[in-house]
Amino acid sequence: MTAVPALSRPKRMSATPGQIALALAIAAFLLFFLVLPVATVIYVAFTEKGTNSFTLINFYDFFRTELFIRSFWNSVYVSAMSVVWASVFALPLAYLTTRFVFRGAAIVQTLGFLPLIMPPFVGAVAMQLFFGRNGSINLLLDDWFGFKIGFMEGLNGVIFVQSVHYFPFILINLSAALRNIDRAMEEAAQNLGSSGFRLFRRIVFPLAMPGYLAGASLVFVKVFDDLATPLLLNVKDMLAPQAYLRVTSIGIADPMGYVIAVVLIVASVVAMWLSALALKGRDYATTQRGGGGLAKRVMSPTEAIFGYGVVILILALVLAPHLGLLLLSFATIWSYSPLPDAFTVAHYARVFGESSIYIKNTLIYASLAGGIDIVLGVAIAYLVLRTKLVGREWLDWTASAALAIPGVVLGIGYLRTFYGITLPDGTPLASLWITIVLALAIRRLPYALRACHAALQQISVSLEEAAENLGATKSRTVRRVVVPLMAGGILAGFVTSFSTAAVELSATLMLVQSNSDAPLAYGLYVFMQSAAGRGPGAALGVVAVILVAACTFLSHLIIERSQKAKGMGH
Amino acid sequence: MNAIAPLATKAVAVDIEGINLSYGTNHVLKNVNLAIRPGEFFAFLGPSGCGKTTLLRLIAGFNQADTGQVRIGGQDISTLPPWKRDVGMVFQSYALWPHMTVRKNVAFGLEERGVARAEIERRVGIALDLVGLGHLGDRRPSQLSGGQQQRVAVARTVAVEPKVLLLDEPLSNLDAKLRVQVRRELRDLQQRLGLTTIFVTHDQEEANTICDRIAVMNEGIVQQVGTPMELYERPANLFVANFLGTANILEGKVVGSGTERAFEVKGGAKLPIPGDVAVPTGAKLVFRPQHATLGAAGAAHAGQVALPGRIAHREFLGSSMRYGVAIGETEVSVDLPFQSGGDLHEVAAPVSLSLSPRTALWLER
Repeated sequence: MTAVPALSRPKRMSATPGQIALALAIAAFLLFFLVLPVATVIYVAFTEKGTNSFTLINFYDFFRTELFIRSFWNSVYVSAMSVVWASVFALPLAYLTTRFVFRGAAIVQTLGFLPLIMPPFVGAVAMQLFFGRNGSINLLLDDWFGFKIGFMEGLNGVIFVQSVHYFPFILINLSAALRNIDRAMEEAAQNLGSSGFRLFRRIVFPLAMPGYLAGASLVFVKVFDDLATPLLLNVKDMLAPQAYLRVTSIGIADPMGYVIAVVLIVASVVAMWLSALALKGRDYATTQRGGGGLAKRVMSPTEAIFGYGVVILILALVLAPHLGLLLLSFATIWSYSPLPDAFTVAHYARVFGESSIYIKNTLIYASLAGGIDIVLGVAIAYLVLRTKLVGREWLDWTASAALAIPGVVLGIGYLRTFYGITLPDGTPLASLWITIVLALAIRRLPYALRACHAALQQISVSLEEAAENLGATKSRTVRRVVVPLMAGGILAGFVTSFSTAAVELSATLMLVQSNSDAPLAYGLYVFMQSAAGRGPGAALGVVAVILVAACTFLSHLIIERSQKAKGMGH
Repeated sequence: MNAIAPLATKAVAVDIEGINLSYGTNHVLKNVNLAIRPGEFFAFLGPSGCGKTTLLRLIAGFNQADTGQVRIGGQDISTLPPWKRDVGMVFQSYALWPHMTVRKNVAFGLEERGVARAEIERRVGIALDLVGLGHLGDRRPSQLSGGQQQRVAVARTVAVEPKVLLLDEPLSNLDAKLRVQVRRELRDLQQRLGLTTIFVTHDQEEANTICDRIAVMNEGIVQQVGTPMELYERPANLFVANFLGTANILEGKVVGSGTERAFEVKGGAKLPIPGDVAVPTGAKLVFRPQHATLGAAGAAHAGQVALPGRIAHREFLGSSMRYGVAIGETEVSVDLPFQSGGDLHEVAAPVSLSLSPRTALWLER
């Protein structure tokens, strides 16, 4: 990082010494915990085992191995189909709730979030019960019509689970984009003779395209990187599971895991680059003057029946995992029957008895990760927006680049990089629980950074100048004026980091060394792998959902109250 | 005149009859009746919230009236959706689609109408040439200046050869200098196309300079319809008198009768009223600043009546001097032409304000 002040003109230093020190500290952190592990992964992928000389032989091996090629195409297929199905779920919900006078639009939008606060692999178990070969739906179909549908067979199962889990990304982004379209854009088209589906296809959807693509590329990348869902559904010939299996079964020295990791990174970057490319040269913001969103139309009775029908059907589908999980957590035995045989609370007793360590660990890890993220987020946002420090954008870009690094890649990178580093008593750094916290913090940093960036952007510089004019130093101004005003945004960033870190598994699956250090998501994964563990696992899953939902709700309350107190509320 | 073949536009009348429109308890348009003639450049003029934009959007089909109908060329269009009305609207924000080039924007309406490709190309070319932007067809809206964007919006609308052209505050997003130029261009274009055009504005100068007739609106009611000169010289009520130009309003009552008849201004001063001037009871005396003169105290010009007053302040306007004159409790403005070396009235000096009772207006409300 180049934080060197202009020496020839010492009076015009680009920043105070304190700011330079801060920037260097952040740079060191990012370098050590993000750049170095990823660089290590890439380095290992391109070097010959044992000799450390540059080679492409590992990639040659990769492309020669039929299993890997099949895994690659399976991953591409599953990710693409997940985007398609997620769009099928999200489009009607977004369109109906933003374009029409729709009773319960707020409820639909809120329920649409729910799938996100549960690890997708947990949903996979619940969906097996409803949609699996011997799940409720197929048992009923078999009874009534004498056939079954393979919703959950092989890759279909992964696609089904992933699209139900990740469609909120499209819903959220697309709804926001639809709401931001100037009403005059639509009216101008109507005025020129356009209506109905043509109007949607030619004007409304293209204008919402940035939002849709942002959501769709996120879904693609997330599905491509996800490890636990395919593993839990016993689908091994996909890329992320292959990387995990290579490293855990053959060992950390096997180069093939690293090659797969590089392919995962490239796929992530390419997906994001393609979505950016699709929008290149199209300036959507400049001519839209914020006309209060699209006109809301009242539906005709037929439209209303159809509309509500579609919404209820989709909501039932995407909430099925939650319902299934809840039933499972109270079920004694649930097998070969549409509903459980009997109900019990024994699973919860067991979870709170012997598994409370998971809950405690999760709270600690996610809080620490969230804390690190907002400290870094505020610092980076401040350096970028409020100083002229040379190279400050690099901090921003590097921190945001974490978005393109799959969890499994970061996990492998940490293992490889920090196994060599040992503490005085001989334990490797990689096996300490703090490594899990750092991995989570790096993974969630982009979210917290965006929240802090947005919060700081809304604060007028003149408020800080007034404080300085009255005698406050830069650091005291930050402490007494900037941070209090950013509180809402900071808390929002913390919640995003906390709640997603609490259910993250991709990176942690690699890094958890002992059961006593394991977070909730790991515990869930272990439980869910055996039939006997499903009950307690489901109970733990319900606890996780409630935990995350409660924390999110609580922080919303706090944000709203503080906004109101400052007179910034709506 | 342009050498290119003009678009096939023809002039039709727009008739608005008995329109009422409410949002909940808010009565936005109250029994609006207007007859706009074929080929006319017509303005809806009024302060913000007067209902002028609501009325324009109602003609375009974006608002639904509770009662009444809108006829274009004799045909009732009240129940047609916006896309079947064939009225071209230029939006205040221009509403150019950022994901399309200028050419695609202009071609849009023709494509929606299923016009043949060659014909689309021809008409897009004509429309763009008409607004002088033929060379910028491949740009994106964001690459154009505000004035150019406005012209694209106009081209996009006239390309479909609409029956009526609706302009919603088309000059409000332009800077002052450009506004004068663009309004002349709009007028010129309208004359060339012969298109019935309705122009919504809150700026009386815009309406006065380019429109044939104006409907002045306030609180959802059409106050008066007329040419700019009629409205200025014979305003139907105090609102119109005040909204178009500056108007002095003196409250008072008629006292005496016959040759003794006079208007007693609030505060005591009396103004004799000639016998042949009819003054409705409860009327206020209204006159423009340039319709009065000032003289030394006690003096009166021939054929005029005089009121005693005192100079409260004065403002130099370049070609004229505007005096604020206190008449009793009221202050009025009087504009006198400025001549270099001419005598000026000093602040606090007593003066005599004279005006002709025949050019003054007597308005009840």
